[in-house]
Amino acid sequence: MLRPYTRGSIIGRVTTMRLTQQEQKMLSGKEGPAAQKAMEIVAALGKIYGAADLVPVESVQVAGVSYKNLGDAGIQFLREWARQGARVRVPTLLNPAGADMENWHALGIPEEFVLRQLEVLDAYAQMGIPATCSCAPYLIGNVPRLGDHLAWSESSAVSFANSVLGARTNREGGPSALAAAICGRTARYGLHLTENRRATHVVRVLCPLRTEVDFGVLGYIVGKRVGSGVPYFSRNGIAWNGEGVSATLRLRALAAAMAASGAVALFHVQGVTPESELDGIIRPDAQEIEIESLEEGYEKLSAPLRRIDFVSIGCPHASLEELSDIAKYLAGRRVRATLWITTARATRERAMAAGWAQAIEKAGGHVVSDTCLVVAPVEALGVRNMATNSAKMAFYAPSHSGLQVRLGTMTECLEAAVEGRWVSRRRRAC
Amino acid sequence: MLKLQGRVIKEGKAHGFALVSPEPIGFLGGVDPETGVVVEPGHPLRGQSVAGKVLAFPGGKGSTVGSYVLYRLAFKGVAPLAILNESSEAIVAVGAIIANIPMVDQIEIGRIQTGDEVTVDGEWVMVQRVARRKPPASG
Repeated sequence: MLRPYTRGSIIGRVTTMRLTQQEQKMLSGKEGPAAQKAMEIVAALGKIYGAADLVPVESVQVAGVSYKNLGDAGIQFLREWARQGARVRVPTLLNPAGADMENWHALGIPEEFVLRQLEVLDAYAQMGIPATCSCAPYLIGNVPRLGDHLAWSESSAVSFANSVLGARTNREGGPSALAAAICGRTARYGLHLTENRRATHVVRVLCPLRTEVDFGVLGYIVGKRVGSGVPYFSRNGIAWNGEGVSATLRLRALAAAMAASGAVALFHVQGVTPESELDGIIRPDAQEIEIESLEEGYEKLSAPLRRIDFVSIGCPHASLEELSDIAKYLAGRRVRATLWITTARATRERAMAAGWAQAIEKAGGHVVSDTCLVVAPVEALGVRNMATNSAKMAFYAPSHSGLQVRLGTMTECLEAAVEGRWVSRRRRAC
Repeated sequence: MLKLQGRVIKEGKAHGFALVSPEPIGFLGGVDPETGVVVEPGHPLRGQSVAGKVLAFPGGKGSTVGSYVLYRLAFKGVAPLAILNESSEAIVAVGAIIANIPMVDQIEIGRIQTGDEVTVDGEWVMVQRVARRKPPASG
């Protein structure tokens, strides 16, 4: 799956991809240099991965937004494309930027960084892309339907859209997603094809999963085992649905961690996800995996820190439901550690209307929009020991931001935020 | 002269000396975006610059942000003149297109040696052996 031609077998073979008249017009430059470059990218990917044709996409989600990742050359590139006339043809949203574009000063983000970040967002705005910066677009109104073709980039959103919603997208790089937005199409290969959506691994989880963090840690372990495969989780008495935390949050934590430790862009859960009951959804040669314990994952991701000076919740971006729970917990309390709850601006606004964001801020926490800890210049904040409920965050924070991490449930993390140290004595799942 | 036919990923013409890597190249973290020098520890091309070369390697690897590194190399004037791959993948292909670097894949890299004079013209790659591969440095 998704494998380019290998040496020997196909060298010299001429592949032809069917392009419509309009697509050919774009490729030949008749719709301007910007559309031509976009079509060159889409067509080249189709060629490389053996696509028969292109497929129109319903929406695009573009990574490559934070100045921390793009640098000045990235800005230059986006500006140049915008100047050539690049405009998107389908609804397009952005991944998180490197800073909260309204509250950056209070959060300690350096001004020069914010100015560069603004230049990035301006270039995207010129192309017709609003500054809706979120890694969870499905929480703020962009909910793809079963069978929709998309070109999304953010790995956790790609996996959520494919697996939980049954839409179809490959994991696009920043420029290839943007190219798809400018053409309104992507090449039909990989996960756009039914054949490639069949499971390559059957996973049986033999230990109980009690909290949203357990689902994330499971994702970390399975992602490492299956790489870019398509895992199928058998039901096995696991509470995939409900019991406290909603299925959405559990599956999202699983998706995000599997996409970080591996390159899982699609998974199925027996009886839960929409394609799990389809005939032949498990390949006959699928490998079996049994997970007896989450201990190996917890050991890798979580250090036994006592002092906690930073708490991060909202990776992927927090839902309104989470903000409401956090506001309830923090009522009448005050945090000692720096508490960041990252969310989409639209979600923050809804939480403001409900009074939850104010309640969190009254307790000393920050409801941070537009950004996330993985792409923000966290080095500038002067913090060292982080508590988080996200296995994905725990996977990235040590290498991206030089932080030590302790992993726990949302309540344990909030407790640590209030006390400035880890207090929970709960034993982990198994 | 050796004449190889590949598949065009980015249309273009180029003429220069070959720099051949038997190993894949990951541009993000693997190549210094300011100088074009390969910096990945243990890489066979470590310490050599890709600037102004016809760069031949099996394919790309690593982060998708690598596409932007190719753009940055071009922006700094230290990009390869052309890229030849055995089997290309998205990172390098997209990078070559946005950086305007002619690129051909399905080329048998093993038939080209570092120092060969190479002309790339669309899907055709002409290879002229003008220099023997340098003997490995002693010590």
